[in-house]
Amino acid sequence: MNMFAQTQALFSPTYWRNRLAPTPSPRLNLTHGVILYLEDINVSFDGFKALNNLNLYINQGELRCIIGPNGAGKSTMMDVITGKTRPDTGSAWFGQSINLLEHDEPEIAEAGIGRKFQKPTVFETLTVQENLELAMAGPKGVWATFRARLQGEDKDYLDQILLLIGLVAERQRLAGVLSHGQKQWLEIGMLLMQRPQLLLVDEPVAGMTHQEMERTAELLTSLAGQHSVVVVEHDMDFVRSIANKVTVLHQGSVLAEGSMAQVQADPKVIEVYLGEAAC
Amino acid sequence: MLLKSIWRDKLGLGLLALILLATVYVVLANQLFDPSHPLYVGTNTVTLLGKYLCYALLALAVDLVWGYLGILSLGHGAFFALGGYAMGMYLMRQIGPRGVYGDPVLPDFMVFLNWHELPWFWSGFNHFPFALLMVGLVPGLLALVFGFLAFRSRVTGVYLSIMTQALTYALMLAFFRNEMGFGGNNGLTDFKDLLGFDLTADSTRLALFAASAIALVLGYLACRIIVESRLGKVAIAIRDAEMRTRFIGYRVEYVKLAIFVFSAMLAGLAGALYVPQVGIINPGEFSPLNSIELVIWVAVGGRATLYGAIVGALLVNYAKSVFTGILPDEWLYALGALFVLVTLFLPKGVTGWLNRKEAMA
Repeated sequence: MNMFAQTQALFSPTYWRNRLAPTPSPRLNLTHGVILYLEDINVSFDGFKALNNLNLYINQGELRCIIGPNGAGKSTMMDVITGKTRPDTGSAWFGQSINLLEHDEPEIAEAGIGRKFQKPTVFETLTVQENLELAMAGPKGVWATFRARLQGEDKDYLDQILLLIGLVAERQRLAGVLSHGQKQWLEIGMLLMQRPQLLLVDEPVAGMTHQEMERTAELLTSLAGQHSVVVVEHDMDFVRSIANKVTVLHQGSVLAEGSMAQVQADPKVIEVYLGEAAC
Repeated sequence: MLLKSIWRDKLGLGLLALILLATVYVVLANQLFDPSHPLYVGTNTVTLLGKYLCYALLALAVDLVWGYLGILSLGHGAFFALGGYAMGMYLMRQIGPRGVYGDPVLPDFMVFLNWHELPWFWSGFNHFPFALLMVGLVPGLLALVFGFLAFRSRVTGVYLSIMTQALTYALMLAFFRNEMGFGGNNGLTDFKDLLGFDLTADSTRLALFAASAIALVLGYLACRIIVESRLGKVAIAIRDAEMRTRFIGYRVEYVKLAIFVFSAMLAGLAGALYVPQVGIINPGEFSPLNSIELVIWVAVGGRATLYGAIVGALLVNYAKSVFTGILPDEWLYALGALFVLVTLFLPKGVTGWLNRKEAMA
C-alpha cells in the first residue's frame, strides 16, 4: 500500500514536467504551433475507402481524443501517421519540416512519434526491464545496440518510469505473465522511454479496472502540455474525463470536432455513434 | 554485466566444460593407451567425434537465427558447404604434382576435363590465410546478398524458409555442373595434407578434432555474447513482434542481416573444419535434405537455448551412426518419427524437458 501511495505522489504534474521532457528532434519545426497536419488523406483497400479526404490538425501540447464507430478509420489513420500504410493521395506533415510520407516506421519513431497499440504488444518473452530498455531513445544501429549497456542517466530514467507505471516489483518478471492492465501500463512506459513529441495512444484503458483507468487518465493529462497526445478510445466516460477537444471520425472522414459537450449535442454524431451507444 | 550473464548460463558452461574434458580425454586416450586397452579411443572414432562437433557448430549457427531471430533457415547447409568448398580448394591446391595426372598446378578433375589453366576463382587458394578468409567471406557474402534482398522486401515465415531451401537447391544443381569448376559430381577429394601435415596421420586427425572442439566452444561463447547483449534482446523482440520492434525505432532488416551473416560465417567455419576430417566435399552437401535434418537436430535439442543445439546435434548424429549400423534402411523413418515425437511430446526439446524436470524437483 505504501508503494501505491508513493506512486500516487509521483502524479503531481510538476514532478514529471521536468523528468519526462521530450528531446526534440533537431529537424522538427514547430514555429506555427501545429505538430501534426493530415490533409486530404485517402486510403482504400480493395475498393473500400478506409480514409476519405481526412483532414486533421493537432496543436503542440494538445490532448486530443478521437472517437468513432468501428471501421471509421481510426487505426488506419494511426497507420498513416506512423508510416505503416501509405495513403493513395494527401499529405501528412510532422511539424513544418518533416514529411511523414517520405519516411518509414523506424525513421518516424526516431523523429519523435510514439505509438501504443490497441492490443497491448509488449515483448512477452522479455522481462519488464528489458522491454523498457529496448524502447529507450538513443542510437538504434546494430553495432550501437550490440555495445549498449544500461547505465547512468538512462538507468535512472528507466527506474523512474518503472515507478511511474507501478511495475517496480515486476521489473525482472517476464512481460508475458503480467495482468492485462499491467501490460497496458508497460506499453505506456515503453512509449515514454522513447521520449516522443507526439504520442499516439490506441485504446489505452481497454481491459483496465476503474482504478487503473483513473490513474491512466491522470497520467495522460499530465503528459499533455509538453507532449502532444492523441488518444483513440471507445470508453466514453474515459474520454469525457480527459478530453477538452474531441474529433469524431465516421466513414474515413471527420464528422465533428469540438468539446465533448458540443460533439454530444451534434445531431449527426448522435445519429451515427452516440445514438447507437445510447440504445 | 555481460560477463555476469555468461556466468549465469550454468548449463551452457557445464556443457562446454564437458566437451573440453572429453576432448582432452580422447586425445590422451588415443595417444597413451595401447589399442588393446579397454579405454583406448581409436583414430576413426576421433574423426567421427570431430565430425559430430562440426555438426554441433552448424546446429549452433542455425539456433542463433531460428531460435532467437525466428528465421527458420532451411538452407544453412549451403553456408556449411561453401565453407567446406573453400577449405577443399585449399586442400586441392596442396596436392600439387602428387595427383593422378601429376599436373603441378591443375587439380586432377581439371586435367580430366582438358582444361589448361586454373580458373581465376581458384587463384589465391594455395595460401592458407586466404583460404581461411574465404571460409568466412564467401558464406558471409552470400548471406549478405540473400538476406539484404529478402529482409528488405520483408519476406518472413514460411516464404522465407522456402526461399532458403530454394537457395541451397539451386547451389546444389550449379555445383553438380562440371563447368562450374568445382569438380562437378565428384566434388573435391583425394586430399593429401593441410599446412604440410599429413591428413591421414593420427596426430593431424587429433589436432583437427581438438580444433573443432575449440571452435565449438568459441562459437558458443560468441553466440552467447550476442544473445545476452541488447542486440540479442532486440532479436527476440523481432522474433515475437516484428512490427512492434519497427515502431520502437529499430531497423529490423539490419539486425536480421547482421545476425544472419554471422550465423552463415559460423556455418562456413563448421564446414571448413568438417572437410579435412571426412576427406571429401561434393554437391551432396548442398542437398536440401541436409538442411532440413539439421533443423531437426536443433528441434530435438531444444531451440533458443544454444546448448540445446549442441546436445541435439550430438545426440541425433550418434543415434544416426548407431541406427544406420543396425538398420540402414530404416534410419530416415526413425529420424522422421523422432521429429514428430519431439514436436508432440517435447516441444522444448530434450534440454527443455530436462530443465523442467529439474525445476519440478
